This record gives sequence, C-alpha cells and structure tokens, in this order.
Amino acid sequence: MGDSPFSLAGKTILITGASSGIGRACAIESAKLGAKIIAGGRDEERLAETLAAVPTEGSSAVSADLLEPDFCKKISAAVSADEPLDGIVFSAGMNRLLPVGFIGEKEFAAAMRVNAEAPLMLVQTLLREKKLKRGASVVFISSISGGNVVSPGAAVYSATKSAADALMKSLALELASKQIRVNAVCPGAVETKMNALAAVSEAQKAEAEKRYPLKRFGKPEEIAYAVIYLLSDAAAWTTGTRLVIDGGFTLL
Amino acid sequence: MNFENFIEKIAPLFEETPPSALTAQTHYKELPEWTSLIALSLIVQVFNELGSTITGDDIEASATLGELFERVKKGAE
Repeated sequence: MGDSPFSLAGKTILITGASSGIGRACAIESAKLGAKIIAGGRDEERLAETLAAVPTEGSSAVSADLLEPDFCKKISAAVSADEPLDGIVFSAGMNRLLPVGFIGEKEFAAAMRVNAEAPLMLVQTLLREKKLKRGASVVFISSISGGNVVSPGAAVYSATKSAADALMKSLALELASKQIRVNAVCPGAVETKMNALAAVSEAQKAEAEKRYPLKRFGKPEEIAYAVIYLLSDAAAWTTGTRLVIDGGFTLL
Repeated sequence: MNFENFIEKIAPLFEETPPSALTAQTHYKELPEWTSLIALSLIVQVFNELGSTITGDDIEASATLGELFERVKKGAE
C-alpha cells in the first residue's frame, strides 16, 4: 500500500466536521489508507465514535465550534508543531433551507462563517504557526449548489458554497509557491443527516432521487474516495479544481 | 395558539387567495399558488412565528388547513 501514489501512509490529516456524514467517512477511509487523523467536530460523543472507527494509531479528536471566536486557537492547538499537517479536509457545513423571504442577517452570517470564512481563517492560522507542510493538500467539501445549480430554499447554502469555491481557487493560486494544493469536491445529494434535515419530506426525497441519472443519492464513502485522491500524491499536479461527484445530476 | 392566530400568520404566504377564503376546510395544497417553496415557507413561518416544529411529512399528511393546524399545535408542545 505504501508504494501506491494513492496511499496516505505517513500523512497527518485534519478533518473538520468529522463527527458525522461525509467528514466521518473521510476520517475512516483516509485512516484505512494509512493516514493519522485529527478529527474536529462539535459533538464530543459523536467524535469519539468516529475516532473509535479510525484504525490508525496516534489519531486524535478536537472539539470546537466554528461559530465560537476561539475555534482557530483550539484546533491549531490540537496540531503538533513537530508534526505539521500534510492535509486538511473542510467538511463542517451548515445547510438550513430558507426561502429568500425568510433569510435573516443572522442565518446568513452563520452559514457564511461555517461554510466559507472558517476554512480561510483556519488555513491562515495554521500557516502562520507553521503547522501546514510545504506540499500539503487542502480539500474543501463544497457542493454542486452554487457553482453548478441552485434549488428552492437553498439561496444561502448556494451563496456560501460559491464563496467557498472562490476562496479555494484564490488559496490554490496564492499557496502554489509553497507547493500547497487546494481543491474542492462538489457532491450532489448524499445520504447524510444534514441532507435528511434539509429534505422537506420523504416523498420529495424519493422524487429527488429519481432525477439523478444513477437513480440514487451518493454515499458518504463515495465522496471520501475523491477526497483521498486529492489528499494523495496521485493528485500532485492537481490544484484549484472543483471535482463534481453527483451521479450525473448536472448532466441534465 | 388558536386557529385564527394560525391563519393570520400563514395568510401572507398565499398571495392569490384572500385570508377570508382560508378556513379549516380549505384544501390548501389545491390552491393555485401552491408550490414546494410555499410548503417550505410554511415550515419556516410556523417555526418563526408560532414556535412549532412541523415537517414536510406533516404537510403531506394533512389535506385541509384544519388538519394542518392540529399538527402545528402538536409541533408546539
């Protein structure tokens, strides 16, 4: 496994939003390929469940809320200066369906904070503290929402994901001199708790699945495998890209 | 929370139907302006204005505004 360019052996990867859904799948699948994981999330109990499923020794968890002012300090403190990061996966996300007439300043600011601003601030902090290696790989879990499509009630989510895409590209350009690569994986609908909360009803969900050429929503692991490619040396010349993984949804 | 109070809060979502036409017997999903976006707006409005949590499944399951009101009352408990 160590010889494969897709191996993550010897790499230390920070994953936000690792307590559930896509973030948890990224933690578990990356660890299976040899990565040591620092799992970030809000819920300590669910983080512990993630950590228990991570097979690599030396992996750890850090509890932090991206809406709190001290989140950068907390997460950065969980990264050892002797062992700077080889990769980061930004999987923490917020998605509350709101028709445009109901969007308040507070809802907009919170979603923008979690989905776009927090990743930027965290990269800043980790760079300043020399905790992100030369040659590291940063992966945003973005979405087809915003960059490819919009849907009713998803204005805030789409706007924040577009913002994340733009930040991803800007970081890719500005950090290229350090050989740091920055990319985004843009999933269609994936079977997660966040998606379940966003769905209006079971009947609508079933209807939505039919609109996917592959006739189903994605599984968290199917997004994690794309993230692993971007984290690995196999993607050494890939930066600033949005990798769409959507069961063919945006073909239509 | 009473029925009149409920109607007062949700009436603005139905732009083509006068509030007086919104009764307990109204089959609201058959109104001309009904869309999935109004369904979503209902969920948010009921939460913001009446402190009740309902889901799309509650809307699926209730044909009239009277039936929906019963679920809104339950959602506020």
